[in-house]
Amino acid sequence: MADRAQPLSRGLGAGAGIAATLILALTLGTLGAVIHRAGGFGSLGPADWAALRFTVTQAALSAALSLLLAIPVARALARRRFPGRGVLITLLGAPFILPVIVAVMGILAIFGRAGLLNDALAALGAERVSIYGLSGVVLAHVFLNLPLAVRLLLQGWRGIPAERFRLAAALGFSSTDISRHLERPMLRALGPGIFVTIFLICLTSFAVALTLGGGPKATTVELAIYQAFRFDFDLGRAAQLASLQLALCAAATLAAARLTLPAGFGAGLDRALARPDAATLPLKLQDAAAISVASLFLLAPLAAVILAGLPRLATLPAPVWEAALRSLLVALASTLLALLLALPLALAIARTKGRLLETIGMLPLATSALVIGTGLFLLLRGLASPAALALPVTAAVNAVMALPFCLRALIPAARDLETDYGRLAESLGLSGAARLRHLTLPRLRQPLGFAAGLTAALSMGDLGVIALFADAERATLPLQLYRLMGAYRMADAAGAAVLLLALSLALFWILDRGGRADAQA
Amino acid sequence: MRHSLMIAGLLCATTAAAQDKPVLTVYTYDSFVSEWGPGPQVEAAFEAECGCDLNFVASGDGAALLARVLLEGDSTEADIVLGLDTNLTAKAAESGLFAEHPALDVNWSLPVDWADPIFVPYDWGQFAFVYDKTKTETVPTDFEALAASDLTIVIEDPRSSTPGLGLLYWVKQAYGERAPEVWAGLADNVVTVTPGWSEAYGLFLEGEADMVLSYTTSPAYHLIAESDDTKAAAPFTEGHYLQVEVAAKLAGTDQGALADRFLAFMTSDAFQSIIPETNWMYPAVTPAAGLPKGFETLIRPEKSLLYSATEAAAIRDAALAEWQTALSR
Repeated sequence: MADRAQPLSRGLGAGAGIAATLILALTLGTLGAVIHRAGGFGSLGPADWAALRFTVTQAALSAALSLLLAIPVARALARRRFPGRGVLITLLGAPFILPVIVAVMGILAIFGRAGLLNDALAALGAERVSIYGLSGVVLAHVFLNLPLAVRLLLQGWRGIPAERFRLAAALGFSSTDISRHLERPMLRALGPGIFVTIFLICLTSFAVALTLGGGPKATTVELAIYQAFRFDFDLGRAAQLASLQLALCAAATLAAARLTLPAGFGAGLDRALARPDAATLPLKLQDAAAISVASLFLLAPLAAVILAGLPRLATLPAPVWEAALRSLLVALASTLLALLLALPLALAIARTKGRLLETIGMLPLATSALVIGTGLFLLLRGLASPAALALPVTAAVNAVMALPFCLRALIPAARDLETDYGRLAESLGLSGAARLRHLTLPRLRQPLGFAAGLTAALSMGDLGVIALFADAERATLPLQLYRLMGAYRMADAAGAAVLLLALSLALFWILDRGGRADAQA
Repeated sequence: MRHSLMIAGLLCATTAAAQDKPVLTVYTYDSFVSEWGPGPQVEAAFEAECGCDLNFVASGDGAALLARVLLEGDSTEADIVLGLDTNLTAKAAESGLFAEHPALDVNWSLPVDWADPIFVPYDWGQFAFVYDKTKTETVPTDFEALAASDLTIVIEDPRSSTPGLGLLYWVKQAYGERAPEVWAGLADNVVTVTPGWSEAYGLFLEGEADMVLSYTTSPAYHLIAESDDTKAAAPFTEGHYLQVEVAAKLAGTDQGALADRFLAFMTSDAFQSIIPETNWMYPAVTPAAGLPKGFETLIRPEKSLLYSATEAAAIRDAALAEWQTALSR
């Protein structure tokens, strides 16, 4: 059975232990360093509680909408084959890996006061609409996170063996029957984890919530932490707010785990998914609509970003290209490290019954970048100059920050692997390196490729902790982009955004593709 | 990969330290050291005359910079901190980490008298609402006219941004007790409040608002660097709040003489002439050659507003609470 606990092999236990320790060091350890420096907690005022309420509300709304909207899109993509489908799936993932400020500019080019939508409304004689406020925050979060939800759900659909659909066809199942017996159990297995992941991403939202929030009503906990750090120099209050975020993270992860039910489809022969039930016209129309609307929603802002930046791409100053190379190296280092940490952790989570490891794995999502940066700064400054550590620290932090996403992709696949092949492997005495080579890696190839692509792309686009450590000579591409903006060079910044987008997408595409090399697109 | 990067990083650090020249470490904000900021030119100019190695270390913005120095305390590597403004100097002075500067014989071109024993100014600017002349015809001449108009504005959050905090003090000093009323009037003009200047200015250039809180010098960038004369700053009759950027020597520096030399260099033509077209602010001492061509087109508000460092610190929390209440409605 799926939740039958199995003893971990020594190698796996050690790998998972190291990964968990590193996560704890970067999340609780850095927080501890800040608390230690502060000499204890500060006190929270009514404004902090108001910030917490707003934060949780917008995060819950954003996560729920992202997940609900992702279901028809992922289902349509799962059961349709059309030219350019692979490219579309990659492109639809792009918003998730954009630096926040670039994404916001793209959204505003479409939905802003001077955006295309409002121009169209004005041309039709209708009233212009303003998105600033809770609606703008949620819109931006759905734009940023819908791609993640679609990709994770798409994996879920891929995970239903084709044999089940054939059986369903042989039994004369209607689409409703298929939905009840095959799709809903899959959604029940994946949905809570996806919801909580997006909830946690939005929980630490700072720039989106502030820029599109319209005013101080839209104050988030992350802004309160920022304020405590830099405005009041009150480390104690910052630490307390950060602890609150982590506690919310743990509670949300545990709640999601309780709601998750294993799907238990059993093993298949990995044949391509054929959906005889989906050939009816209403379903075709429904899927076409889902794919078109999602593409328009996700790609129009991207197109705006590309159009704005393309003219400056060729003439970008040399420091931007140097920063791009630096970012590529950091991204590759992060990816390697993230996979080395995520694989043993995911396998250990799949084989053990408790929720502790999984909760630890989600902690980086709820960690304030400012707290990690400051904590690391306090911990490392005795060892070496912060500037010298800027790039390795960025690579390590990016790897750990990407772990929750890697785990989201790997855990369901690892659980299936355990349920479907665990006993066979035990009975054959397949263990250690041989099991890894002949069973684990081939079976997990697809989610591993996806996790690698995601980590590389996220690391490319992440400002992360580099801003606290870097000096002039070690800027990464996102930092350089912000520097261009800070120097009035918005047009060059737009060019740098296109470069960043292109590199992130290329990394994602190559790595994700590598994971699907032998699968039918 | 990770190891080779780490080794590469450590090698860089050791080669820098292995040179025989004395090293002067200057902590500053990030945009100062970027390729487009004053840092590279200042470094070349000072190193040409000091026989030393000038090492810039960057952290975020002015507030992040002070936070870092306060975190490091007595054990800081910094000899000089460059990039605080008068809203931060009270906190900085209170820390006891900074030392008095040497006597400077300087003819300041600041709009206010300057006699601080610790902090030496290197540039200044006045906050202003910047607009596009081709799009906005009726330009308000004070906050009340702005509040009464249909013009949209994008401003920065005082909790995370220096200009945002400047605007808070601007309204407070201009209107005193009436500040909450003015903010309430402005509430429907505010499109949104951004975390920092870059986001606000980007939104303005994208056409999301008619005006943005920036500096009177902002139009000079567009004119000089982009030959675009469509941007202008609106002069306000209440006067304009001032930002004075300063540097100071750390009390614990082991390069005291060199640090003093840097502070003196900072007020020289060599440093000051770099400022206008890299930091897009006014130099604290006008260079002999004057300001770059294009600066003469800028508005020069006669009246400057500025709280002293102690006053600014004293009224900050109350002014912030007023702002939050008025804009949260």
